[in-house]
Amino acid sequence: MNFDFSDDQKFLKDQANKFLTEQCPTTVPRGVLEGDAAFDEKLWNGIKEQGWLGVTIPEEFGGLGLGYLELCVIAEELGRALAPVPFSSTVYLAAEAIMIAGTDEQKQKYLSKIASGEAIGTFALAEGAKVPSPRSLEAKYEGGKLTGTKIPVPDGDVADFAVVAAVTNSAGEPSSVALSIVDLKGKGVKREAVKTIDPTRSHATITFDGAEAEQLGEVDAGWTITRQVFDRAAVLFAFEQVGGADHCLEIAKEYATGRFAFGRQIGSFQAIKHKLADMYIKNQLARSNAYYGAWALSTDAPELAIAAAGARISATEAYDYASKEMIQTHGGIGFTWEMDCHLFLRRSKLLSLCLGGARGWKDRLISALERRNAA
Amino acid sequence: MDFNDTPEEAAFRAEVKTWLDQNAKPFEGGGDESSSLDEAARLKLAKKWQKIKAEAGYAAITWPEEYGGMGGTPIQSVVYNQEEAKFDVPRGFFAIGLGMCIPTMMAFAAKEQLERYVAPALQGEEIWCQLFSEPSAGSDVAGLKTRCVQDGDDWVINGQKVWTSGAQYSDYGILVARSDPKARKHKGLTFFFLDMKSPGVEVRPIKQISGASNFNEVYFTDVRIPDAQRLGEIGDGWKVALTTLMHERLAIGGGSGGVDIREIMELANSIDLEDGPAIDNAAVREKIADWYVRSKGLTYTRYRTLTALSKGQTPGPESSIGKVVGAPKLQELSSFGMEMEDMGGILMDRADAPLDAAMQESFLWAPGIRIAGGTDEILRNIISERVLGLPGDIRVDKDGPFDELPTGS
Repeated sequence: MNFDFSDDQKFLKDQANKFLTEQCPTTVPRGVLEGDAAFDEKLWNGIKEQGWLGVTIPEEFGGLGLGYLELCVIAEELGRALAPVPFSSTVYLAAEAIMIAGTDEQKQKYLSKIASGEAIGTFALAEGAKVPSPRSLEAKYEGGKLTGTKIPVPDGDVADFAVVAAVTNSAGEPSSVALSIVDLKGKGVKREAVKTIDPTRSHATITFDGAEAEQLGEVDAGWTITRQVFDRAAVLFAFEQVGGADHCLEIAKEYATGRFAFGRQIGSFQAIKHKLADMYIKNQLARSNAYYGAWALSTDAPELAIAAAGARISATEAYDYASKEMIQTHGGIGFTWEMDCHLFLRRSKLLSLCLGGARGWKDRLISALERRNAA
Repeated sequence: MDFNDTPEEAAFRAEVKTWLDQNAKPFEGGGDESSSLDEAARLKLAKKWQKIKAEAGYAAITWPEEYGGMGGTPIQSVVYNQEEAKFDVPRGFFAIGLGMCIPTMMAFAAKEQLERYVAPALQGEEIWCQLFSEPSAGSDVAGLKTRCVQDGDDWVINGQKVWTSGAQYSDYGILVARSDPKARKHKGLTFFFLDMKSPGVEVRPIKQISGASNFNEVYFTDVRIPDAQRLGEIGDGWKVALTTLMHERLAIGGGSGGVDIREIMELANSIDLEDGPAIDNAAVREKIADWYVRSKGLTYTRYRTLTALSKGQTPGPESSIGKVVGAPKLQELSSFGMEMEDMGGILMDRADAPLDAAMQESFLWAPGIRIAGGTDEILRNIISERVLGLPGDIRVDKDGPFDELPTGS
């Protein structure tokens, strides 16, 4: 049994932790929250120098060609630090979609720019307050042109290109969905930042009006590829969520130890202790489920669909609980703008919805279990 | 990251497999063979199997060789148990004795006593039980009141113990009793081992809410124990008890038994709700998914623990979450299973209820699991204090004479 990260991977995690503790204290996401910038450029440049953007990109395309376990440990630290940078959209979504479905030429063109930090990428699926599906999508891909509106698109206001899911016909079948790559600085693209629950990560509404779109993968495979990308990203986001949830527990613990009420540390009351014990329990369950996801992702195991859903459901529950109960542990002060608690509450909710909410993932988990049991 | 054995583990597993193949019968579907037998017959089988195991060295893999163990590692013990679980062999009768009582003896008993008692326990010839809990001392076990009074070379015991597993067939027991009610609570206790056949020991089964009896009350009326069977100093019984309890936590950390994901999936596949198969119902799917990630979260947490053992490291504190997650899950899951069965969910007879009434049986078993070996609440205290380092509760029972503490009676 070797269900743990290697010493090298743990070393990388420590390095990432040191780097982010120094370069990304909570004043950094707060700066983005309160300022006009879409992301923290200094931190982004530092991350480029660390080489993290190309961790899983093969060396022939300018990456480091390391494995997904390395990316998982980095993801945990980014989540822990609430890093306000377009990392997940570029690395977990855009790069993954191109690695899964891109031609050699597309890989050469986009992956090398991602790895070097020249290009920010994203993935545009959502079309407002509804579940995006082959039946509900309205954006249209026809004859190499894209028309329609995507909102919210993570980092859509700053990305150089987007992988866009759009329908090719109105049949509402999975085969009706195609993926294409669009230059967001090109003609027929209008974009504008939108207000979201977590302004430390910027989002946009993007309107395509006959924009040039380069097909990615088979024209009828868009939905299948999207699900593959989301399964893989679910594991990586789960590590971000676990990192954030553990950070919440640490902050809550510190506050409960230092704060006195009724003549004693509030952390000596069982009502608070049991709350923090529950955070610990949920965080550990989430970590263990995320590890299994990491194993499935790194070995491209047939269990990935089950492992990814399990990791996402568990991590979402843990971060949701930790971020809200951390505020409860603080009492009134935790509800103020000046305290950092709300940064975690915001990020937790963003991460829980960014690949679709837990409700849908639970349904997919059971479907995947049914498929496996039938096999 | 992988789930494979190290070469040493693989070699040990092969050795264990070969031995089990030669000495035991693999499961052939259905339950184990001995489950239909009465207790006396199962005990006989268990003793026989224990002897075979002990002679091969597998009965106490981690014990030092001088005590009849194998001098092996914790991971070897895990490997053995994984392999043995595939065979139809009797289990359970010796876990408390070998897991808690004898290790306590090893830490505190005299050399001659170990020479007398360790081997018969290991060989399955003598069975041990643990006598700690009392009607007024459960989570707060140090609040126990059973008295021990020194009389010449003996101690005289009077009082009552409760929740004693296996007392009805045990030969020996370990006992903690109050030697000085005027001393502070944790200072007035003294620890012994005793012959369960001593005059004045009376064992009565407890009838649980299910109607079954897995535990006993044990009454002591002027029971005499030689002072030579005292473990630790007079008044130091709590220190000895903590040694035992440390071993208990290691022993109980595993699964909770009863129904889990496989059973609830099977049930959901076989039952129709208003609008079709239960497995297609969104509420059912969502609940099963929640339990699935908890169940698997525990499995993978166990993998992390095993990984640490495999590397010869001390497992992290995450291994402490097993029961506090597993027991409430068992309770919720079995209750919901009955809800899916709807009006028929109350049926208790194995012939009438789906899955041989497994949901109903777990429903009546789960409340006990949430309490046994540390309640949900005590386990949360332990996690918050020992893992997270939060301050202890403000105590009102640590100072002053024990017999002046409020008792509510």
